[in-house]
Amino acid sequence: MPLQHKTGSRRFVLASAGLLMAVVAIYAAYRLFTPPAPEIDVAYNTVSRDGIYQVMFETEAQPIPLNETHDWVVTITTPDGTPVTDASLSIDGGMPAHGHGLPTEPQMAENLGDGQYRVEGLRFNMGGHWEIRIGISADPGLDEAVFNLDL
Amino acid sequence: MRTARGHAAIGALCGFLALSACDSGALSEDERAKIASLSIDALGPLPPSPGNRYADDPQAADFGRLLFFDEGLSGTGNISCATCHVPDQQFQDARPRGLGADETDRRTMPLAGAAWNIWQFWDGRRDSLWAQALTPLEDQREHAGNRAAYARYVAETYADTYSEIFGALPDISEIPENASPFGSETERAQWSAMELEEQEPVNRVFANIGKAIEAFERTLIPTETRFDRFARAIAAGKEPTGDAAFSDLELEGLRLFIGKANCLECHNGPRFTDDHFHNTGVPPVAGLPEDLGRAVGIAAVQADPFNCLGRYSDAGPDACDALRFMKRDAAAMERAYKTPSLRGVAGRPPYMHAGQIATLEAVIDHYSSAPAAASGQSEIRGVVFTDRGRQALIAFLNTLDATPASDP
Ligand code: HEC
Ligand code: HEC
Ligand SMILES: [Cu+2]
Repeated sequence: MPLQHKTGSRRFVLASAGLLMAVVAIYAAYRLFTPPAPEIDVAYNTVSRDGIYQVMFETEAQPIPLNETHDWVVTITTPDGTPVTDASLSIDGGMPAHGHGLPTEPQMAENLGDGQYRVEGLRFNMGGHWEIRIGISADPGLDEAVFNLDL
Repeated sequence: MRTARGHAAIGALCGFLALSACDSGALSEDERAKIASLSIDALGPLPPSPGNRYADDPQAADFGRLLFFDEGLSGTGNISCATCHVPDQQFQDARPRGLGADETDRRTMPLAGAAWNIWQFWDGRRDSLWAQALTPLEDQREHAGNRAAYARYVAETYADTYSEIFGALPDISEIPENASPFGSETERAQWSAMELEEQEPVNRVFANIGKAIEAFERTLIPTETRFDRFARAIAAGKEPTGDAAFSDLELEGLRLFIGKANCLECHNGPRFTDDHFHNTGVPPVAGLPEDLGRAVGIAAVQADPFNCLGRYSDAGPDACDALRFMKRDAAAMERAYKTPSLRGVAGRPPYMHAGQIATLEAVIDHYSSAPAAASGQSEIRGVVFTDRGRQALIAFLNTLDATPASDP
């Protein structure tokens, strides 16, 4: 009986070790061989300083690339979700910790309708903390949305 | 039996995990990602040159090679691009400042990978390789020639080759022997005396000289270095072996470079440049004319008639991203210079835009002392290096020299 018991517990230990190993192996295999989950566009969302607008942007490239000039689509609504369709945008920014601005002058290129605007010419030339300020001028008033990005 | 199988499974699992997380000198995931981002394997395909429809024409590249080495393409008859861009010296000349018909004010830049540049020159005053090539040809201290003479020279020497690539040569038999908007006083007078319709075909042939040279320069691709073999192994989750293995000192230098020393802020990506301009407080050379770097390059590239938006460009205006989104704030760009690639850097002293710094040791001293800029604002925040840290950074920079793999 004690013998029996001993074998039983050893069996149990072996079995659990085997199970653990299998789990680890499956997890490792999963990490190594599964393609990353399909990219959902990470959207960045914020409320403008004075609370006049809800502002969101999506980028054509994810994650936001380094040293690649690319476009953003900025969506602007009022806080109740009504699209702001007549805005004009100005884009500015930089790296506060490094005391420098953007390496390019991005421009609002196209009003896509439905409160969406294409901004072209964004470029980030180093990793670290960036601040992007989007100035918004439209019927509800002048305001500015600030996005903080860590690249 | 069961236990033996268990051991085997553990062994297999460990070998398996070693690929992803187990070892490789305890580089963090972030460090590995940064190392991979610097590898030559991260270099994308040759970017298009929208302003030059002959950029990838092999016949144009062959013609460009001839022109690059042709001393006939100079006012003095003894200067070619290769006088300063010496092929077996990484296409530079190891001098503090380039020497053609006279000494210039800036250091000759190496050319491998220049086709990936957004801007050409230390101050980015040209936006393509073809527009760049036209500049030294008419600089009185470089090729010291003029476009009328070059158009005539091409018509005399390369008429067939030229017309096979670019179509029939225009009739330029009536133009002056020597005329250019930049040459001597008489050359300039001759140029302004020409009608626009007479200038146009000369400009056209001149631009095509540049376009052929660009096609050749696009064949000058960065070569693989020891660092790249190291980085390839790291990116693949393997232990670097043979000459790809780094010494402790080299690894320490690499970690400083991508970490505490902040070098990666500007020297990033597979060419070790962010394609942008920075004031790093490099002092001007006494006796040379004032040099404000990018602050002057901005207006110069906009004014260049051979830029991407100009009439000799083959690009539609939408293709000229660099100019469209160019940062125009000259005040912020005072004494800012283009971040140079660091590939092959140990093998080509002296350093900086006018050869101000003689050795890599002195370059590290510069980044350590971070002197204030003569004008404008230096972006360098001084880093304190130990003696070993300095040696380590230099050891790492040496791994960026192009050397063929030394073992199987
Ligand atoms: C007298 C020496 C000399 C001659 C001749 C010369 N270059 Fe240069 N080259 C230089 C110098 C000096 C610079 C940097 C000048 C500056 O930034 O103002 C340079 C810069 C360049 C660059 C810019 C590279 C970069 O990374 O920005 C290219 C490309 C280039 N030269 C190609 C040529 C071609 C093509 C020719 C022949 C048509 C030529 N050079 C003739 C000295 C020379
Ligand atoms: C703020 C951007 C910036 C940072 C940070 C930076 N560099 Fe540079 N580096 C440059 C620029 C710009 C030049 C050219 C400056 C000039 O000629 O005036 C340069 C030049 C060099 C050169 C000379 C290359 C040549 O061909 O002349 C070396 C070597 C170099 N840097 C290494 C480093 C190292 C090592 C570090 C980290 C300790 C570092 N850099 C940090 C921007 C930077
Ligand atoms: Cu920065």
